[in-house]
Amino acid sequence: MSLTGLFLIVFLLVHLTGNLQLLMDDGGRQFNLYAKFMTTNPLIKFTSYGLYAFILLHAIQGILLWLKNKAAKGSSYAVNNTRATNTVAGFAKNMGWLGIIILVFLLIHMYQFWLQMKLGHLPMVEYDGVQVKNLYAPVTETFSNIGFVVFYVLSMVVIAFHLWHGFQSSFQTLGLNHKKYTPFIHGLGKLYAVAVPLGFALIPILFFLKNM
Amino acid sequence: MKLDAKVPQGDLATKWTTYRGSMPLVAPNNKRRLDVIVVGTGLAGASAAATMGELGYNVKCFTFHDSPRRAHSIAAQGGINAAKNYQNDGDSVYRLFYDTVKGGDYRSREANVHRLAEASVEIIDQAVAQGVPFAREYGGLLANRSFGGVQVSRTFYARGQTGQQLLLGAYQALSRQISNGNVKMYNRHEMLDLVKIDGKARGIIARNLLTGELERHAAHCVVLATGGYGNVFYLSTNAMGSNASAAWRVVKRGACFANPCYTQIHPTCIPQSGEYQSKLTLMSESLRNDGRVWVPKKKEDAVAIREGKKTGLDIPEEDRDYYLERRYPAFGNLVPRDVASRAAKVACDEGNGIVPTGKGVYLDFSSAIQRYGKSQAFSKGMPNADQKTITELGTKVIEEKYGNLFEMYEKITGENPYVMPMKIYPAVHYTMGGLWVDYHLETNVPGLFSLGEANFSDHGANRLGASALMQGLADGYFVIPYTIGTFLSKEIRTPSFDPDGPEFKQAEADVRNRLQNLLDIKGTQSVESFHRRLGKIMWEYCGMARNAEGLKKGRQLIKELREEFYKDLFVPGTQDEFNPELEKAARVADFIELGELFAVDALERNESCGGHFREEYKTEEGEALRRDEEYAYVAAWEWPDVNSEPILHKEELEFKDIELKTRSYK
Amino acid sequence: MALANMNLTLKVWRQSNNKAKGNFETHKVVANEHMSFLEMLDVLNEQLIQEQKTPVAFEHDCREGICGACSMVINGQPHGPQRGTTTCQLHMRQFKDGDTIVVEPFRAKAFPVIKDLVVDRSAFDRIIQSGGYISVNTGQAVDGNTLPIEKDLSSQAFDAATCIGCGACVAACPNASAMLFTSAKVSHLNLLPQGAIEAEQRVLSMVNQMDEEGFGMCSNVTACEAECPKEISVDNIARLNRQYIGASLKSDKMA
Repeated sequence: MSLTGLFLIVFLLVHLTGNLQLLMDDGGRQFNLYAKFMTTNPLIKFTSYGLYAFILLHAIQGILLWLKNKAAKGSSYAVNNTRATNTVAGFAKNMGWLGIIILVFLLIHMYQFWLQMKLGHLPMVEYDGVQVKNLYAPVTETFSNIGFVVFYVLSMVVIAFHLWHGFQSSFQTLGLNHKKYTPFIHGLGKLYAVAVPLGFALIPILFFLKNM
Repeated sequence: MKLDAKVPQGDLATKWTTYRGSMPLVAPNNKRRLDVIVVGTGLAGASAAATMGELGYNVKCFTFHDSPRRAHSIAAQGGINAAKNYQNDGDSVYRLFYDTVKGGDYRSREANVHRLAEASVEIIDQAVAQGVPFAREYGGLLANRSFGGVQVSRTFYARGQTGQQLLLGAYQALSRQISNGNVKMYNRHEMLDLVKIDGKARGIIARNLLTGELERHAAHCVVLATGGYGNVFYLSTNAMGSNASAAWRVVKRGACFANPCYTQIHPTCIPQSGEYQSKLTLMSESLRNDGRVWVPKKKEDAVAIREGKKTGLDIPEEDRDYYLERRYPAFGNLVPRDVASRAAKVACDEGNGIVPTGKGVYLDFSSAIQRYGKSQAFSKGMPNADQKTITELGTKVIEEKYGNLFEMYEKITGENPYVMPMKIYPAVHYTMGGLWVDYHLETNVPGLFSLGEANFSDHGANRLGASALMQGLADGYFVIPYTIGTFLSKEIRTPSFDPDGPEFKQAEADVRNRLQNLLDIKGTQSVESFHRRLGKIMWEYCGMARNAEGLKKGRQLIKELREEFYKDLFVPGTQDEFNPELEKAARVADFIELGELFAVDALERNESCGGHFREEYKTEEGEALRRDEEYAYVAAWEWPDVNSEPILHKEELEFKDIELKTRSYK
Repeated sequence: MALANMNLTLKVWRQSNNKAKGNFETHKVVANEHMSFLEMLDVLNEQLIQEQKTPVAFEHDCREGICGACSMVINGQPHGPQRGTTTCQLHMRQFKDGDTIVVEPFRAKAFPVIKDLVVDRSAFDRIIQSGGYISVNTGQAVDGNTLPIEKDLSSQAFDAATCIGCGACVAACPNASAMLFTSAKVSHLNLLPQGAIEAEQRVLSMVNQMDEEGFGMCSNVTACEAECPKEISVDNIARLNRQYIGASLKSDKMA
């Protein structure tokens, strides 16, 4: 869980960097070029298969772990009142549920953009004589819908919860723990858990406002 | 029957070495064929079972707990003595031996105590090798502290939980032998009878506490390490499960019980707060280094405190009676346990007790807080610090020294001991008496051995602090593995015993009937209520101070209680299930009989010594009066049948190396 | 000093044996603030015996917070509401007159219920038997002071060694993981030079045994640390993870 999780944490940062190009005021040119690069460069392609595998592995491992742990617990208490020294025990205890929500989000998200890019019929635009799929167009369209904007923002909140626990937890699981550095890792984890999903969430919000 | 201690001949200092060098051995191939039963997994039992497993004997080990790690050795706080002389303060094996015999008021067997002092040195090494985290100095070497009534620093300790850490060491060694297959462990099994064949101990009947099934276990010999009998008083610092049944069952099969009346009453325990109280909690003796013990001088103040109209803080200095400092100016608050306990009783009997039951005195740290505060303020360059700062600084020092204990006190009583003086009262803590054993730790029943608190051998009439852990581990690690060979070397041709033989079947039937009898009474009173009443009789008539008249009355009351017990006890459930009430009932039945023998022994011993104080035998100043001419013997009682009188066998004690003196702490 | 009575309603888990289906039973008990929680249960049991009913079975022994026998969940918390306190040292002044208190057994597949509030914790013994010791026979030891140990290190090992084996960590964990228990013993022994020789084998065997007993996996909820009556730190879990990963990578044994 921890290794795949850390990989996905790194991926999120890369993904965010790419997506923030959507906010450039150039009608989507930079973003579309980036999208083309990401889908055609052989090295990136190879990495992306790794990414799919890691997402799957993280999800499958997570579900198995969840089931195993549920079985190990057997029955639950009549009164649920567990405290923890971890201030976010609520998230920690519910990583499974949070993960499932994220998985559902991912499926919708990938259907909307990734599948369109790969198989769908996107309008083409031409930059400097090169034909490029205009992924910017469905983004604009999706985020003009208030329902999708809310859905995306809420999903980012869920990811933030998941990360809030997951970031520091992966270090603990790998045994990377030290009196001096662990507080820093905890701080970084919290910062990351807020900043990255906030960055993602800004995109639909700003698109919606721009198109109002 | 003549009791023979079988002490080897020769010089005291070399007896044990000579014995080890000349005792008969059992060859490794023969050890595999010899079965040993060990009952109990405290320090003595676990260390014995582990060591005999390592040697190659076939060991079966029994505990009534769910895990060997829960035995009550775990609760020992203070430390363990060893004559290491790491502090270069003049300690030696002889000094430890001398202090132990003197502390025991000259009622222990010299040869056993000397061997104990010799083994003490090896115990520390063994424990360190097992990973026991003893306290250390900054240089990484082992730390020591001094403890009750001796002039050297020889106590090794592991914060306030030396017992738990030593027990875990022994438990780990035992676990290793279990995983190797050398020891077969029976958790949740209680020994309910001893099986003898041709006069020798050859097995036990144990009840599987989960299913209620009675099991027959055969062996070439049986080792009991089943602890003391302090719970005969109901309220004690012992664990709720601590019981004397294994020891008492072998008395019923002919073993002698020695010196039952020697009981150690610990002076600093949290007083009883009400009728529902189930146990008493010890506050470490170390508190008396800084605490001052007092009661109000005026009776009306004591009454007001008891009624909650005043607190200790309302009593001005001149109206406080620091009775230990007054009566024992040389030792003050640091007099030995037995002396401090009796003084508290005297103060409360005079009507000056400060808790609602009347049985409690103050242990006050305010002087210490002020003293430490002033010296801290001075060393921090604040010679004119105000009262508040001084109190704060002093409180900090006390917190560093005793923080854990103060926290525990507050949890239990709900009062903050940094502000309100602590309330304490003596409580039963340890029993020096136990099964009579010879130098080999063998009882008068051949093949039956007894270790640790369960035997009587090393502490005489009073035990010094930090000696119980030492004795348990010495017996288990370093004595029984040798001495058992003397018995077993004669048994190498004896085939394993058949647990289906007639002796086993008979013993099992006896146990079944005994348990069924308890169930069939179907009266109205609970086991607990009988136990409580027994405890009250014991405390009233056989407690800190005893006299002939009271002991006779006490014995009569115990007899009556026994009759009522067998008429009106109610035990729910059946034999064939997990039934904690039935377990308790069988134990309390044995405690009632043991209590009676206790009174008999106390009445027979017409002197005061150590943990036995007879009001008729005291000096003009009220101190204990020993009578060495008539009573320098071990009283070993044979009492297989309660319908007849107990029979006394005397083992005369000889003191060749030590001159008998009267203890004085004035 | 008259003590005010506390009128309490107890909802206690009753289950006659491992096979039986359990259920909650409701009882009224009058207690006072100076009683320990177990003494309050003693009062209840005395009441039940007077009615010739079966008393509630619960485990307890030393009643001074060190033997680790007491094992119940009080209002959803192993050992009840007071931090760093075993059930036996929990006193009724932590509750109010009129309270309803729900008492349940520790719940975990690896701790099957034996009766009422009594569970079987022998899995812990087997974890220790799998390697929670230092292999030294009696008599093999060298003098205690030939092996100086840094004070801080010894103290860290001690912090881990304070574990009383009560199982509250497992009870508190939503995954019923025994990582805090196992890591405390591994830390205690592996931190010390005496334990270093067997350190790798110890961590591999003990983790393996823990999994075999059916405990869940740690997901770093840290409820164990919060409920541990000896307040043992989850830093020990990180240490175990680190040593386990290191030992598995180095080990030449397959799987």
